[in-house]
Amino acid sequence: MGTTIPLPPGLLRMVFTAVVVIALVFLNSLILGYVERKLAGRFQLRPGPMEVGPHGILQLMADAVKLLGKQFIIPQAANSPLFRLAPLLAFVPVGAAFIVVPLSQKLQVRDLDVGLIFIVAVMALNMVATLIAGWVSNNKYSLFGAVRSVAQSVAYEIPLLLSLVAVVLMTHTFNMQEIVLSQDHIWHVVQQPVAFLIYFIAGMAETHRAPFDLPEAESELTAGFHTEFSGIRFSFFFLAEYTNMFFVGSIAVVLFLGGWHGPQLPFMDYSAAVWFLLKVYSLLLIMIWVRWTFPRVRFDQLLNFCWKYLTPIALVNLLVTAVVVKL
Amino acid sequence: MIFYRYVAEIVFFLFIAAIFFGAVASLRARYLMNAVLGLALALAGVAGLFYHLGSPFLALMQLLIGIGAICVILAFGIMTAPRPEQEAEMLGAVKRNKPLAVVACLAVSIPLILTIVGTQWPPAAVRVGDFSVKHLGENLLHQFCLSFELISVVLLAAILGALAIARIGRGDWE
Repeated sequence: MGTTIPLPPGLLRMVFTAVVVIALVFLNSLILGYVERKLAGRFQLRPGPMEVGPHGILQLMADAVKLLGKQFIIPQAANSPLFRLAPLLAFVPVGAAFIVVPLSQKLQVRDLDVGLIFIVAVMALNMVATLIAGWVSNNKYSLFGAVRSVAQSVAYEIPLLLSLVAVVLMTHTFNMQEIVLSQDHIWHVVQQPVAFLIYFIAGMAETHRAPFDLPEAESELTAGFHTEFSGIRFSFFFLAEYTNMFFVGSIAVVLFLGGWHGPQLPFMDYSAAVWFLLKVYSLLLIMIWVRWTFPRVRFDQLLNFCWKYLTPIALVNLLVTAVVVKL
Repeated sequence: MIFYRYVAEIVFFLFIAAIFFGAVASLRARYLMNAVLGLALALAGVAGLFYHLGSPFLALMQLLIGIGAICVILAFGIMTAPRPEQEAEMLGAVKRNKPLAVVACLAVSIPLILTIVGTQWPPAAVRVGDFSVKHLGENLLHQFCLSFELISVVLLAAILGALAIARIGRGDWE
């Protein structure tokens, strides 16, 4: 019997999705990396990257090739197997989180009932990677970076989740599509402005962006937890950071800014996806703008701000929401 | 589809292997940090089992709380604590406490094993694929109300304990 093994249905779809998701992760990082460096330059009254390609548009490509060609150095005192594992641990979860992001009503890999929890859980794994990276480098700077990162992430995760729960109370679902659909008439940002602000601030802290970039703090910790990583492994951290930013942006858009809702664009079959990406990238632009405008906060200020202001406000907001929803 | 059945079987045993490997790694670890990572691996395996058994909600909660909170807090404690310099002394303590450890192990494992052997395992009759907030809330506050409240009591005790420790203040540690 010369029968061939039948390909299972859906396998092709899985492979295709995996390829697309990885391509998106890289593309997003390329775009954000370029925009960030260009804007940083503009904010500091210099042109930013200009040499490679028109207006330096290919600069990130050149950097990627350089990083790929670099030697990978493992410090002698580092814990070698974990040192190899840490960048992958940072990178893989954020890639996985892409599968529940609803680019439009149809453009979504899996429509999980627990989509929102999925993204949040997967982002928590990223924290573990940071911790491992800081620990295994066997370097004081890295360890300090990791300790700071954990203290910060644990603290800011609470107001972040509380602000998300406020929206979930209104929509009665964790499903990303249904949350988007519930904003048919009015975006949740109008009903939940406080939750949106809290979420956005906590989200910036979660991604270790300035003014909350104490784990990396190049001027005091020389890049913190990824000081010892070079070459391709460094670029994994880089990719993970930008992809994480994308998720913070997309959760904000899905929960507060109406997801892919928007007026139909002329000559566009995918206007929903275009709207979604437009909203996400405008939020990310704001994040970049904030980063290059405000100085880094002190650590006690950072934690005090979270525990004494953000968390209580988020709790009160949640309570008020619960009462209003019940009325 | 038979192919997927095989894949599911393989994945199931991979999760089991992860749990065992994580548990052994956390017991045999030379550094406390590696022990925590072993625990994280074991918890990830448990999360995988939950997913395999058709409960993505529990699986994700396991990731979020088990790894994202508990392991991270443990690791944080280890990082900020001073390194155990007197390793030899600690080894002595390990020897002395061995009988106690055996007793503690047996006290937990024997009832567990007895329960597992004694239980009539009914086949999962209806698999609930419903993870809406309404359904989860009803389950938590009706069927599993007691466990839910028990967890709150444990958490309250933990918070009170933390407060009691923190009251000593930072200056008095030296």
